Amino acid sequence: MHYVSEILPSLISGTGMTLSIFFWTIIISIPLGILVGLGMMTRFKPLTWIINIYVWLMRGTPLLLQLIFVFYGLPIIGVVFPRYEAALFAFILNYTAYFAEIFRGGLQAIPAGQYESARVLRLTNWQTLRKIVIPQVVKIVLPSIGNEVINLVKDSSLVYVIGLGDLLRAGNVAMARDVTLLPMVLVAVIYLLLTAVCTLVLRRLEKHYSYWR
Amino acid sequence: MLELKNISKKFDGKVILDNVNLTVQDGQILTIVGPSGAGKTTLLRCISGLASVDGGQFLLDGKPFDPATNRDNDSVIGVVFQDFQLFPNLTVLQNVTLAPTMVLKKNAQTVTTEARNLLQRLNLDGKADLYPYELSGGQKQRVAIVRALAMHPKLLCYDEPTSALDPDLRHEVEQIILNLKQEGMTQIVVTHDIPFAENIADQMLRVEPKQN
Repeated sequence: MHYVSEILPSLISGTGMTLSIFFWTIIISIPLGILVGLGMMTRFKPLTWIINIYVWLMRGTPLLLQLIFVFYGLPIIGVVFPRYEAALFAFILNYTAYFAEIFRGGLQAIPAGQYESARVLRLTNWQTLRKIVIPQVVKIVLPSIGNEVINLVKDSSLVYVIGLGDLLRAGNVAMARDVTLLPMVLVAVIYLLLTAVCTLVLRRLEKHYSYWR
Repeated sequence: MLELKNISKKFDGKVILDNVNLTVQDGQILTIVGPSGAGKTTLLRCISGLASVDGGQFLLDGKPFDPATNRDNDSVIGVVFQDFQLFPNLTVLQNVTLAPTMVLKKNAQTVTTEARNLLQRLNLDGKADLYPYELSGGQKQRVAIVRALAMHPKLLCYDEPTSALDPDLRHEVEQIILNLKQEGMTQIVVTHDIPFAENIADQMLRVEPKQN
């Protein structure tokens, strides 16, 4: 118990980094994902090609590799990010691609009749999107978004590769120093707590949207 | 009064509508009948602006108009879709009031009062706060009619209004359409149900599949 209270502060500070990567990625990449998802649906072909290549790159290579490229690779062409910003940039790029695919699926699930029905009622495109399409898409995509959110909690541990001190790294340091697996057990417990909170919040959200079907 | 002059429409070079001419007088009911694939629904989609035409002219009250770009005026053309297409995320009342408040910029209270009156007239009292999934097929259709009426259309179009309903509800739809006629509503009904069409029609248009 004494040992636990000794290493806990460093684990908690690592958790702070994990949460900060987590929240900023969610806050920025979900709206971006909606925009990119809408972009995939436009009839303007060059835009959809660019987006498709982007999504292919992001989903087709490991996030770990993308982190390395952003932090060590981009400086070669003169783009230098500090460690934390590099990590955020890579995570946002990567997660936006996944979210965009999810939103595209959600948008395609809305029957054409809903748009036509809005059109004969003379709603503008923006009104249709805001009042009819987006509320329905949100409900459809929520379970898939939830999956990604849970993944993100754990994926954030990849930032160790560019030297950021997150939760897993804090555990790793303690493990190597004290030659015991106990810090890692604590790390696992903290990750479980974080994902449990996410799961609860997502359940609440799904329940909130269950008033119609 | 709606007039169609030499309306034609092609899909991938295949002629669907070939020089259609027709006139619907105010307050009358035109039924469009014919076998599947004859272009009934396409004609309705052209009139309501959901499909563009390849030739011909539309006149509404004697003035030329293009249904596909028909906006920002009071020549609303209402449509009751075959599968109703209510908005599932909105209550019955919200389905009805959404467009009048957002598009016609009417006062929310006026719109709500009017919507409740319409709902009552179509035998939907007590349903205002339900969501579409809680309604029967007939109720959904009546909500779709109320939603279209709330926009004060010049013309109300129905695509196969009897096809998604139980046979015994057919009479009820007839009654609704005839009641609206008494109030002066001009209506166009696409159907493959000939007896139903004969019961309501002032004028019947038969469309046949084109041979080419």
